[in-house]
Formats: sequence, structure tokens, C-alpha cells
Amino acid sequence: MSSRDSSDPPIATSTPSSDQVKYTTCYMCACRCGIKVHLKDGGIRYIEGNRDHPVNRGVLCAKGSAGIMQHYSPARLRAPLLRVGRRGSGEFKEISWDEALTIATGWLGAIRQSDPRKLAFFTGRDQSQALTGWWASQFGTPNYAAHGGFCSVNMAAAGMYTIGGSFWEFGEPDWERTRYFLMFGVAEDHDSNPIKIGLGKLKTGGHAKFVSVNPIRTGYSAIADEWLGIRPGTDGLLVFALIHELLRAGKIDTEYLIRYTNAPWLVIREPGAADDGLFVRNAAGRPQLWDEASGMVAETRRAPRLAGKVTLPDGRTAVPAFQLLAERCLAPDYAPDRVAESTGIPAATIRRIAAELAHAAFEQEVVIMQPWTDWTGRHHDRMIGRPVSMHAMRGISAHSNGFHTCRAIHILQMLLGSIDTPGGFRYEPPFPRSAPPAVKPAGRADQVVPGKPLAGAPIGFPTGPEDLIVDAEGSALRIDKAFSWEAPLAAHGLMHLVIRNAWAGDPYRIDTLFLYMANMAWNSSMNTGGAIEMLTDTDEATGEYKIPHVIYSDAYASEMVSYADLVLPDTTYLERWDCISLFDRPIGNADGAADAIRQPVLTPDRDVRPFQDVLIELGARLGLPGLVKPGGTPRYPGLYPDYLVNHERRPGFGMLAGWRGAAGDKQGVGAPNPKQLEAYVANQCFWRTEIPDCGKYYKHANRDYLEWAVGMGLIDKPEPVVLQLYSEVLQKFRLAAQGHGKVQPPAEHRERIATYFDPLPLWYMPFEERATEADDFPLHAITQRPMAMYHSWGSQNAWLRQIHGENRLHIHHATAAKLGIANEDWIEVTSAHGRIKVQAKLMDGVNPDTVWTWNAIGKRKGAWNLGPGAKEAKQGFLMNHLIAELLPDRGGFRYANADPVTGQAAWYDLRVRIAKVADGACVTEPALAATAAVPNLPERPAVLRYGARFRADAKQ
Amino acid sequence: MTSLPTSPSGKRLGLVIDLDICVGCHACAVNCKEWNSGGIAGPLTDLDPYGGEPDGVWFNRVHSFEVGAGGDGRMVHFPRSCLHCAEPDCVTVCPTGASYKRADDGIVLVNEDLCIGCKLCSWACPYGAREFDSDVGVMKKCTLCADRIYNETFDERDRVPACVATCPVSARHFGDLGDPESDVSRLVAERGGYDLMPEMGYAPTNKYLPPRPRRAAAGCTGAAAELTAPDHAPAKGLLGWIDRFLSG
Repeated sequence: MSSRDSSDPPIATSTPSSDQVKYTTCYMCACRCGIKVHLKDGGIRYIEGNRDHPVNRGVLCAKGSAGIMQHYSPARLRAPLLRVGRRGSGEFKEISWDEALTIATGWLGAIRQSDPRKLAFFTGRDQSQALTGWWASQFGTPNYAAHGGFCSVNMAAAGMYTIGGSFWEFGEPDWERTRYFLMFGVAEDHDSNPIKIGLGKLKTGGHAKFVSVNPIRTGYSAIADEWLGIRPGTDGLLVFALIHELLRAGKIDTEYLIRYTNAPWLVIREPGAADDGLFVRNAAGRPQLWDEASGMVAETRRAPRLAGKVTLPDGRTAVPAFQLLAERCLAPDYAPDRVAESTGIPAATIRRIAAELAHAAFEQEVVIMQPWTDWTGRHHDRMIGRPVSMHAMRGISAHSNGFHTCRAIHILQMLLGSIDTPGGFRYEPPFPRSAPPAVKPAGRADQVVPGKPLAGAPIGFPTGPEDLIVDAEGSALRIDKAFSWEAPLAAHGLMHLVIRNAWAGDPYRIDTLFLYMANMAWNSSMNTGGAIEMLTDTDEATGEYKIPHVIYSDAYASEMVSYADLVLPDTTYLERWDCISLFDRPIGNADGAADAIRQPVLTPDRDVRPFQDVLIELGARLGLPGLVKPGGTPRYPGLYPDYLVNHERRPGFGMLAGWRGAAGDKQGVGAPNPKQLEAYVANQCFWRTEIPDCGKYYKHANRDYLEWAVGMGLIDKPEPVVLQLYSEVLQKFRLAAQGHGKVQPPAEHRERIATYFDPLPLWYMPFEERATEADDFPLHAITQRPMAMYHSWGSQNAWLRQIHGENRLHIHHATAAKLGIANEDWIEVTSAHGRIKVQAKLMDGVNPDTVWTWNAIGKRKGAWNLGPGAKEAKQGFLMNHLIAELLPDRGGFRYANADPVTGQAAWYDLRVRIAKVADGACVTEPALAATAAVPNLPERPAVLRYGARFRADAKQ
Repeated sequence: MTSLPTSPSGKRLGLVIDLDICVGCHACAVNCKEWNSGGIAGPLTDLDPYGGEPDGVWFNRVHSFEVGAGGDGRMVHFPRSCLHCAEPDCVTVCPTGASYKRADDGIVLVNEDLCIGCKLCSWACPYGAREFDSDVGVMKKCTLCADRIYNETFDERDRVPACVATCPVSARHFGDLGDPESDVSRLVAERGGYDLMPEMGYAPTNKYLPPRPRRAAAGCTGAAAELTAPDHAPAKGLLGWIDRFLSG
């Protein structure tokens, strides 16, 4: 027996964690948390959450905590590469940066002088869109967008056009005060730490009910009080049924509707007229209401009518917008009994949820004794809240009916009177903005001039047919057909169509496809195999590639690298200056505005450069007006840091809002401050300012907020944001489809526009479900995001791939039993477009009509410097192979597999059948041939002993 | 064989883990690995990190599984690490004295200089909390971040285990479970915190808080089971419209 002294062996419990701590911003997903990077002996000892940061308040998720492995990944690119073999062969030679930029300047300079549209510049999970979008417009091409078109543009657009804000990270539930939280299909990777912090707070507080509407009971749904395992694509029906119940019982906040929404605005009823369905307006263009007291059309909001036909002075008839909404939602088709079967949610449950919503909103009213003043100048001695909050994301956005479903969710909140009230959904500055924000897309023929900048921004918010980017015949002018009749409100572009359209020359051929951080030859494309073929296809006559030049920037040897002609290696997120600008995706919360930077924490040990630096230098070499001085010398010789500090969109408005003014004492608006970045670094790399207490709620109509926001430069005028229960913008497009106005859709698009540009929300069956027979493809197939992985980035991460290195297709026990499928069986999954072979995993917590898997776990063999036996390629798979980028042919014409209003990629419309396959090779299919390794990547270590050298007693 | 402290202090440092709110995000597991890779028991070696069978040392692992079915079914996310038991057989079976339980605070540690890699301790642990580092042939395990919780170079607020500091939902709590007045002891008392497999007799220090009753049944929030249409509403007033709809 070994005996021990009473005193235990001494251990080093007080070793300093680091020589130095540097603050910066995480980039392991889209969340943008503040981090503290502990450095020791020149390496990263530890990364932790920054307690003072407004996004994560000290916590850090699995991805953020694995940042060390991302930074030291052996998949990091090492030098610029020029393709020397066939595209896809992986044969590259390393070249110098000067040579790389000379080549890029040659290709781009030529097309800028001939036809700038021949550059298609699309960025993926880019957090510098305020730079990249501006750069595209300086170049002169309208063919710019980021990944929003295949991510969540229908959610973003529905919010922007309806409430001047949106879910996602543009708003948040009032976690402290809400009594009822309804969450729709949220992927667990957006705003992820704030949502987790909020859910923890909400559940621990114990005073709120949390309902999760999601076909799958993982992640957040696992801790919900109630899980509604809805059938995919039917969320809109559920929302309509809830509205139906509330209307039937009169449980709506009419006062809120009258004060803050367009519910009382009069809508002209004259079918066939050019202004049918538009608002009644006075000579000054101001919308009119029916004043019950005077019995007249008026502007007053004192006692307007919400229902009932009125006769206008010109003898025509009109009704308040609210009546039209009520008529639609009270239709028998939206009664709980009628939607129960489609949604898979019992009618009694729907009725109960409606009763609970009404109870929380009206019986559990929240009152804050905080005086405030509304935009009319009326003083209120308290803030009254309807403590029902909602949040929605991927499960809504990835369907072709997502725009209207999302609008319905916003309208449900309006009816309950909860938007931006205590306990409800709250805007995060710079939102709310006008609904929609007043930025129009540029790109029409007269706005694209060789050698000149684009006359405006490439993306924006059309408010009528005249804002579309189409030619006189109504044909698309952008390569992705955004802002055409095929996707009129494509506010984020359609990145998922770029490769297909560029390959097909539809609507025209391009010269250079320039991509940043977008794995379009793998998990970021629908029809992955097809995308690869299009990237490598050549013109029979000339032997040239149909997409002549492909430039790609990435930090890692992703699948896409092999298909580039010129590779510009980016740094990791810990090696560069960066900016989380209020011009881009905000990081504030409902109580304040904030922005942030990244600072270089480490110096690259490879011949790589920050993409933003490269873009600025490339712009200067091309002589883009905003990037050179009049004499032609670079305007920003200090590259991106120089740009961050000194670039102004208009006087006083720059990329960063903090420490502006020559003395650094201005916030929001002020002259450039040469010491601005130093001020950020000294303040933990973020800036935040709190909204005054009197401005924290009712922001859309709160004079104190609106004036504060003008002072901060967030909005131009202190005008209220009227919530758009009824969308006149949509009606304008519908009228065009009915033959009114100067800009009308070509005949083949009219019926579609007239159907989906409904000024009221509507529900329709997702397109793929409608186009396929339920007997052939009886199941929905969708993906979920694991909390510990972010798309493909996690696969080269030594730690994260131990958590999610392979994936299965999850199937409900009962569904599998009927098909004779057992756990771990190999099965084939077939869609109208393709087939994959995968392994099954059975479970209980999934809608029985739905199968699902984790997103982007499958990798192509040979990519990411993973070993030949990597499970990601053998037991991992992508659903993308089953998804077509286009809908079936409609008489010689194919629409995008997308939401018809916004062009949002309809990933979750997928329908499949599954069947057990006979034993064969236990490898997922399609098993694409290995990509050739990128040259000169480091050898993969057989054993990783990260951190050994940091031990206090390390034996060096 | 190794003996347990003959005169323990009564202090029992440990964790309380709330299964009601754990969403299974793995933040605790990865932040633990990150901190401890360079800590007193580091590295947490990863074999074949980029190959077909990556196999690393983790002091904390999260398991997700379903319990029950249908309306009673739920997904449980269960983080698992050393429970720093009061009666740890992993210590008493150790032939060299490498495994030991500290008298001062109850933390169970491994003295690597004495560990011969015989793995008896991992066989003795019913919770599967021990992690063998085959690269160096020694057993490793959760240290309760002894190099954080006593670290005088840290801000006092940071002197908690990495898993506790990083947990986004605040499902993890750290404190002295030997002190009935401590915050963690009170939390255990309030929420009915329980021992894992108490029948094994290891008297684990760490406690798990069970999921709270869920509000799903009719009446759970005080609301009625369904809304009823108002009685024949007045023809005028703000809700007059509903009357017109219902009667029209």
C-alpha cells in the first residue's frame, strides 16, 4: 500500500496565463463575439470571451474556444497560387503577390474598360461587405452580392419591408421581461451566444414559457417548455391559424395598430384600376384614414376606423388595410382545424397556444414607469409592454414561401402590440430604419459605364417596378438576375445562381468570377456536382472555359481552391485588421449601438495577406476613383487600417462610429480621427453607446430615440417608422403584372408576380412539394446546424472534427420501421434531382414526415489537408447533391429554386424518398474523386501535443 | 493502493450542472480542452488529429441522447467530467500514489511523475471520467482547473473553472459543496440536485440539477385552453368591427 503524507504534492496554481493579452473579435462564426487572446512565448495560450463585450458578455462557444486550432490549421494556404494544370486538377505554382496582383489587374482592368459587368464579384461569409460592396460599385459592376441570397434574404427583406428591422442579429427578444417566447426554426449558429445567454436567463428566471416550432428537437428545442414538431414549410399556416384565433376572439391591440401601423390606412378598392389596392393619399401624397368622429377622410389617427367600407370624395370606395388582413386571416382555410393536418400540430394545441399568446400579451402586461415622448410630441408617463416575443431564422428562410411566412410572423407581433415594447421583440440600432430602407439598387444600362463607377450601390431595396434592374424588354441585367422579374426584392443578390448563369451565358457571358470566402464548389452550392462541372466546362469551339477566369480568396485549402485560376491567400482572423461596421451587420443590442474591430494578434508566418488589404491595393492598381488620389497614387497607402480610419461615405460618416473627430471626442458622426484604431484597441476593440432610457422602447415611434439615432448618424431624419401590415410596395408590383404602369413584366412572368406580390401575407405550398408527387417523394429533407461547427470551416479544426466528423440521416422510428430501416443501416436518399447513399440514425424527436442531417460535415476527399482516411469524406455527406438550383422547366423556362419574391435559395423545400440498400462499400455516395492537394501545405502531424510547451514545468 | 486523506478539511469543491438549460453546445468541453492543453495537466494530446480516427484527450465530454418518446420524450444533453467523489475508488486502487484526493479541497488529481499508466483508476471509475494519454503513458483528468481557481494572477471573477466561465447558458456553477450555506449547496437544495449513480457508493461531489417541470399542458401559464369569441359585441367602439365580421 502506498501511503501519502498529509500534505499533498505542490502544484503550480498561480502561473500567469500569458505574457500578453490582446482583445479582438472572434470570427469562428457569424456571431462576432469579443475575445481576449492570451499570448505566451509567441503562441496562443488561450482564447476566452470578453466579459465587457456587448455580444457575448464573457461567454464563448465551442467554435470560439477552438480558434487556436483554426489559427494553426495545416490547411492554411501559404502563398498566392496560379493554376498550371486543368481546372480542378489542383496543379498550381506559387507566385509572388506582385505577380498575382499584376495578373488580376490585367484581367480586371481590361473588362473594366470594355464592360464592367463582366466582373461578377461575390463574397461569402464576408464581414467586410461595407468595403466589398463599395469596391464593386467603384469598379462599376452591378454583379456584386454576398452570401445573404442563399442564407436568409427573405427573412431580412420581409422584416425590412414590414417593420424596418428584422430578426436574426438585427433585433432580439426582451429576454428580461418577456413572458412568452415563440421561436421558429432557428439554426443554432446565428446570434448564437446572445440567444443562449437569453435562453439561460429566461429559463432560470422561471417566469416565461418557451415554445419552439421546429421539425427537430435538438439544441434550443431540447430545452423548450413545449416543442411543436411542425412539418417543414407549414409554419406560415400555423401563424395564420394563430392570427385567426386572435381575430376571432378580438384579442388584438387595436390601439397599437392605430398608432404604429398602417392598419387604418384606406386602401382603394377598384378592381382593374391602375391604383386599385394602393393607399388613398392626399395631394401631398400622405396616406388617409377614415376619421370616425368627423365622418371624413383625414390624416388624423385619433379615432380611425379599422373596418368597414367608406366612400371617398371622388365616389370610389376604400377600406382600411386592417379589414383586408382580417378577411384573409378569418377565412375558414386558416382555422386551426383546417391547418392541423398539414402542419402536423393538433388543432387543440394551436387554439391553446393562441390563448396563451393572448393571455401573456393582455393579462400579463408589463409596465415600466419610464416617461417617453412619441414622434407627434405626445408625452407618455409610462411604457406599456405586451410581453410576447418571437424569433425566427433558417426554418422560415430556407423555404420558397419564407418571405410571406416571415411577414406573417411580424404581423402576428403587430396584432399583439408587442413590437419594440417591454417584453416583446426589440430592434437593435441602427434599426429601425424606414420600411424599407431608402437605398435603391443600381445597375441599369445607364448606370453601368465602362471605366466609371456604378451610379449607386449594387444592392438595395426596390419600392416599385421602376427600381428593377431590367432592360426595356424586362430582361435581367444582373448575372444572378437579382432585382429582375424573377426575383424583384433580391436585396442580397442570388449567389446560388452565379456559377450556373455565368456558365450558361444567361443573361450574358462574364469574364471573371471573383469569389471570397465562399465554398461554391462544395457546401455553398446547390447541385454541387453540377457546379463543379460548370466551373470546368469548356466551349467546344474555342476550348476555353465557359467561365474564363476564376479568382478566389480563402485562408484555407477548401474544395473551391482547386477550381480557381488565381488564388489569393487570406490570413486567419487573428492576423488582420478588420471592422464590424454599422454599415454592415450590427453588433449592438436593443439598449445600445456598437461596432468593433479586429486587430492583428499574431503576424503571419506565411506569404499571405488580409483580403481587405489586397482589395484596396488591387483597386488602386486599377485606378478605381475612390482608391486613388487625383494624381493616380494610392489614396490609402496604409491599406485597410488606413481605409477604416480615413474613408468617409459622406463628410463625417465613416466605417467606425467610435472616437471620431480630430480629437476623438465624437460619436457616430465626426471627422476622421488619425488615432481612432488606437482608441479602439485601448477600449477592448469595440465601441458602444447606450440609448437614453426614454428611448429604449417604441423606437419606431419614439421621438427621443429617433432624434438620438439621427445624432448618431444611424438615420437621416427623425421620422417614425410605420409598420407595414399591408405592403403597398408589393401591390405596385402586382399592378404592373396586371398591366398597369410604365414598367411591366414580360408576359411569362405576369401570373407569378400577380400571385406572389400579394400586399397581404399568404401561405402557399413550397414549390418542390407542389412539383413532385407525394408518393414518389414522401419525405421532407432538411439540415440543422450543429452548435459546435460553422459550415465547412470546422472540418480542418482538430478539436471540432472530433465532435462532428461524420453525419447520419436522422429518421423518426416509426417512419424507419415502416421502411424496414434500422440504426446504422445504409440507405439511399433520392430526390427529383439526385441520389446519395448515407447511414441512418433513428430518433423520436423529429417530425415523422421529415429526415434531416447536420449541415456541411461531409468533405471532399483531399480537401482541407485532411488525411486520406478522413471520416468527413467516408461517413460524411452533403444534402446539396439532392438539391437543384433551378425549378422544373415551365415551357422552355426555369425559375431559380428560390423564394419568388426575394430569390432566397429554397434549401429546405427538398423532398426525398429513402430506401435501405444492400450491403456494399460502407462509404457515403457520391464519392467524388479526391482533389489534388494544394502545393506546399505542411505535413499533417500524427500527434498533436498543443500546449505542451506552456506547462509551467515543461521540459524543453 | 492509495489512501484517501485521513483528515479532510470538509471543503468539497465541485460543479453543479443544470440539465434544465444545457443545450448541448460543447462550449464547456472545448474551452476546457483549450485551457487545460496548456495547463498543469497539458497537453490534452490528440492522436491522428487530421486523419481517419482522431482521438484526443478531453476532460469534459457532452453526450446527447433521447429519453422517453412521444409527448413525454425529451432530448437530454449531458456533460460528463470527473465528479471529484468523496469515496473515489480511482484513488484507492492506484498502486503508486499517483492518483490522490486533496485534503484541502477534495479535488482528485493525478501526479504524473508517479503514474505508471496501469489504467486501474479508469477501470475503477464508474463515470468514465478518466482519460489516458497514450502519447506519454499517463492518466489525465479534470483538475477542476486548479490552475485557475487559485490563480492569484487572475482577476477574482475569473477564478472559476474554464467550463463554468464559458458556458453560454450559465448551466454550470462552481463552489464548495461541503458548505451547506454556499450558493451551490443552496441551488442543489432548491432544485433537487442529485448524485449520479449514488448506489455505487462513490459519493460524488458534483451534482446535476434535473429538468424543471415543463409548461406544456393546458392552463400551464394561467391561460384558458382556448379563446372564445366575445359576446355579441357593441356595434360601435374599437371592437365594433369584430361584431360586423361575426354577424356579417
